[in-house]
Amino acid sequence: MSEKKTNRRDFLFTATYAVGAVGVGATIWPMIDQMNPDASVKALASTEVDVSAVNPGKTITVLWRGKPVFIRRRTQDEIAEARSVNLEDLKHPEKDEDRAANPEWLVMLGVCTHLGCVPLDQKGEYNGWFCPCHGSHYDISGRIRKGPAPTNMEIPKYEFVNANTIKIG
Amino acid sequence: MSDHEYTPKSKFGKWFNDRLPLLTLANHLTDYPTPKNLNYWWTFGGILTFCLITQIVTGLVLAMHYIAHADMAFDSVEHIMRDVNYGWLIRYIHANGASMFFLAVYIHIFRSLFYGSYKAPREIIWIIGIIIYLLMMAAAFLGYVLPWGQMSFWGATVITNLFSAIPLVGEGIVTWLWGGYSVDNPTLTRFFTLHYLIPFLILGLVVLHIWALHVPGNNNPVGIDIKKPSKDTVPFHPYIVIKDGFALLMFMIVFAFFVFYTPNILGHADNYIEANPLVTPAHIVPEWYLLPFYAILRSVPDKLLGVVAMLSAILILAALPWLDTSKIRSAVFRPLYRQFYWILVADVLILGYVGAMPAEGLYLLVARVATAYYFLHFLVILPVLGWKEKTLPIPLSITEPILGGSPNLATAKNKESLNK
Repeated sequence: MSEKKTNRRDFLFTATYAVGAVGVGATIWPMIDQMNPDASVKALASTEVDVSAVNPGKTITVLWRGKPVFIRRRTQDEIAEARSVNLEDLKHPEKDEDRAANPEWLVMLGVCTHLGCVPLDQKGEYNGWFCPCHGSHYDISGRIRKGPAPTNMEIPKYEFVNANTIKIG
Repeated sequence: MSDHEYTPKSKFGKWFNDRLPLLTLANHLTDYPTPKNLNYWWTFGGILTFCLITQIVTGLVLAMHYIAHADMAFDSVEHIMRDVNYGWLIRYIHANGASMFFLAVYIHIFRSLFYGSYKAPREIIWIIGIIIYLLMMAAAFLGYVLPWGQMSFWGATVITNLFSAIPLVGEGIVTWLWGGYSVDNPTLTRFFTLHYLIPFLILGLVVLHIWALHVPGNNNPVGIDIKKPSKDTVPFHPYIVIKDGFALLMFMIVFAFFVFYTPNILGHADNYIEANPLVTPAHIVPEWYLLPFYAILRSVPDKLLGVVAMLSAILILAALPWLDTSKIRSAVFRPLYRQFYWILVADVLILGYVGAMPAEGLYLLVARVATAYYFLHFLVILPVLGWKEKTLPIPLSITEPILGGSPNLATAKNKESLNK
């Protein structure tokens, strides 16, 4: 016992700890992963919306994955305003062209990027949205202009199935 | 710890106690030597135990009638209020009981701050207490979500979104907490489970809290160690039991006032509207007991730093035994600390007030100043004060200032000047 040498017993200890750690990890992971979205939640991943009744200057709100999605049909003035903004004035610089491929339609998650409240339509200092929870102001492109929110409101994956129908997700 | 060995009188008692020394424990608890100068601020430990038991008992009963499902939770709460025999009473006790619990815990914490109860050798008691306080906040938040009203839903949304401030993994954590892409039924069911679990965790920690307390014994208003053997102590029973019992009665009068006369004043009217994921209430505020921390969160214009500041404001308390460098425990003998103590009390009250107001204009400015002062108190004032402050001479024993005729003339004089 005087010599410090790696012997059979040390090897067995290390091997036992390693197998034990893998076993504990493999047992705990299902307990953690069960809290992630389940198959039925994931199955509701896309929604189709008929937008034929939306007039220019109006916003409709639809529910997608339990979250509100704003679909705004913008007026020509609003489009001009959104596109004229100097990108250097923005906290999270994004071109309106990148946010609304079809300039008339702005489709975005109606969720404030600060702490998840639903901003109010046509409110705030930039004629866009205003979050009543902690005072974030968004412009008519849904970009953050003032307040604690770190980023612009998110644009979900969507496509026009035909002229009147948007598929979100 | 009582120093003498305890032997039960009866033969059966002796037989039982040799196998499981429960009677020794009971004897320790009744004979436990307690400083005889404890004032009424020391009765809140007992009051808090009462609050915990009340919440557990009323909660158990509510759980027999409540349904944790997004489509049924709101209606089941109204069912409890209207149909269940005495359901209104039990729910109002449970809802107001949370507020009473926090009222008592804040008094308990500020008592500790005034008399330096967190200092050596009581650091572990203090840290266990902070963990209990954190768990209380978690339990209160989770419980507030269960009625599935508008404030429940949006409070849950805002608080869970705090985790999205964590870089890289934040969004994943939030989705994991929700069990979906928004606060929804999976969120409600797990919140109910955790709300049920936490009080029992608190109960376990309370046992540790009291165990750790019974090692060095109670601190006291003079803040000096008890001389053993001496006449500085009285047995817990009947002296402290009676005193705690009287204070508890007074506390229950306040409790009953809220339950019977104004059961909804501490809540929000918005929570009597069923949760609607499409509409956020115009003004979201947490319950009153979380407002100071909410004010700190909102006073920082950056999302991540705001969350960090809020958590730090709570966790900084755990480091208090080492931030306060003064060897003198009680503020009675610390003339400068005493003033800063009251400024801190005012600061926290101001934070609570601005936390309930909209985060704009003057309110925001006040919140920022008060937040800065809060951290200044713990990180700068307390450490510096320990070195700079000229403290008053402390008495030789607890009995000395009471009996007078002290050999220490300066102490006697100080006592007179304090009484004026």
